[in-house]
Amino acid sequence: RAMELPPGHFPAARAAAVAVEYLRYLRGGPGSGLRLRELQRARRQDIDDVGHKYYLELELEDVLDKDRTVSCTAEVLYHLGSKTSAPDVQLTVQGELRSTEAADKEFYNRIRSLEKELVAENIPDSHGNVPPELEPIHLLAWVASGYVIWQNSTENTKFHLAQVKHVKQVKRNDEDLQFDFVLLLHEMVSQEVLPWEVTLLWHPQRGARVTQS
Amino acid sequence: HQVLRVKTKNEEEVKQLQLLESLEHLELDFWINPSAPALPVDVRIPAGSVQSVKAFLESQGIEYSILIEDLQDVLDKERQDMAESAQRQRSTGSFDFSAYHTLDDINAELDHLASEYSFVEKIQIGESYEKRPLYVLKFSTGGSNRPAIWLDAGIHSREWVTQASALWIANKIASDYGTDESITSLLDKMDLFLLPVANPDGFVYTHTSNRMWRKTRSKIPGSICVGVDPNRNWDAGFGGPGASSNPCSDSYHGPSANSEVEVKSVVDFIKNHGNFKAFLTLHSYSQLLMYPYGYKCTRPDDYAELESLGRAAASSIRSLYGTTFQVGTICKTIYQASGGSIDWSYDNGIKYSFAFELRDTGRYGFLLPANQIVPAAKETWLGLKKIMEHVRNKSS
Repeated sequence: RAMELPPGHFPAARAAAVAVEYLRYLRGGPGSGLRLRELQRARRQDIDDVGHKYYLELELEDVLDKDRTVSCTAEVLYHLGSKTSAPDVQLTVQGELRSTEAADKEFYNRIRSLEKELVAENIPDSHGNVPPELEPIHLLAWVASGYVIWQNSTENTKFHLAQVKHVKQVKRNDEDLQFDFVLLLHEMVSQEVLPWEVTLLWHPQRGARVTQS
Repeated sequence: HQVLRVKTKNEEEVKQLQLLESLEHLELDFWINPSAPALPVDVRIPAGSVQSVKAFLESQGIEYSILIEDLQDVLDKERQDMAESAQRQRSTGSFDFSAYHTLDDINAELDHLASEYSFVEKIQIGESYEKRPLYVLKFSTGGSNRPAIWLDAGIHSREWVTQASALWIANKIASDYGTDESITSLLDKMDLFLLPVANPDGFVYTHTSNRMWRKTRSKIPGSICVGVDPNRNWDAGFGGPGASSNPCSDSYHGPSANSEVEVKSVVDFIKNHGNFKAFLTLHSYSQLLMYPYGYKCTRPDDYAELESLGRAAASSIRSLYGTTFQVGTICKTIYQASGGSIDWSYDNGIKYSFAFELRDTGRYGFLLPANQIVPAAKETWLGLKKIMEHVRNKSS
């Protein structure tokens, strides 16, 4: 009862984007740049009184290691008529994502040893530049935007992180790093670019979580 | 030198900052002056005064953050970037196609191309809302009102890779005429009209005020919001689904079709010419190659030919760097959107109507790094060339 969808048409593309954003939130970090390489197959099932469920086969890559790809199957369920509930996403990643342990640790130690809290704006800048030392912050912004996008997606939206308008590190007494972001999200269907405030906590072993958005 | 951003919480704190402003020996340079509590104050502080200013702010409980840790570093980097760009320009003796430019620089390069090549002419087809000229490069090796191809870029001002690519493409066509067989046989039969900056007011605004601006800059009666989405303003299903009637929206269709002078000028030019065979427009981002329709989800009569030509063009694009473009109608590929330019051109008899969405697919989006301009332009050119060759073959 699942209908095959052309991968090049927007319904499948939107669902795939949600799956990738969710995965970025779950597994992303300052050393990891997960991206969709190709949507290989998509099917949709309309479930009465529940919603629309998409079955996807994805090929993923890491922008920092383009020679390697990893396969992923995902199910994205958009709830019926719901403007307040995030889509349910289930994913299975086949194979190993690149290990970022060393890069994560190095970043963690560098930030922890900063005398003054890190502050930065406009990443990338107008010309698309990202200073190398801010690339990990850019990647953490992807993690934060992954959460926001997943939470706010419907079948009628397609979000991307357009720019990190502002980021401020907040020193904490515990072991987490905290970054307060102002992100600009581009929503493709309405074409709006919307500012979003997000607070992200990150730890090399525990990973990321959004505490406020 | 450091640049601090000070966040005042009340009038009292604003007064304290104004006091600081009056102490000339500190040599403070306020980039944003203290005026009201809600507005941030940016101030450049010479190295010698940094400690005392910070101590003062802290003792008063006034919040601040470091905007620029070391201004000299930033200036050095910027100077270096500009020197490198000027160096590239000097060493090639020409415009740096691998950098983003201002409107003035782009217009200067259009003049340069027109003066250097006898078959290239710069013409003005109208004026923007804020009275900036709309310049088109006409490529014509002779004849009288030959069948013509239209190509525009930058109708949405934030899509910077498009204006930049248009410049590269203009230079490519001009310099390869006479040596490249395809370009030569194309221009020997047909004329090409290229509008590199279809929305100059918006483009200037992205440089001066808001890098993410999309629309025109026209004032809308009865609204505090500015601007109309120029690609929802064409007379093709105008006002239908996929365009907003809210002036504050980034997809606002405008008060009526062709209300935007930037759109009307192109419509009038094309109608008056009367012999256009292709209408091609560049956007970013998403890597898509689309044909009509956007305003309705039914297929155009020429679906089979346009789909086949689109696929051939996408194949050419992919042959260079492996960049994949999805091919299809606007309505199926991206969304239903009314009032779009290629729907208008198609319904007005210009069969070969295509819209390109260039790199990338979202990693940088509108903020594509300058080092990707030339690769994007090169691959896009291969796709355009494929379409133009087909049009040329069909026009004989």
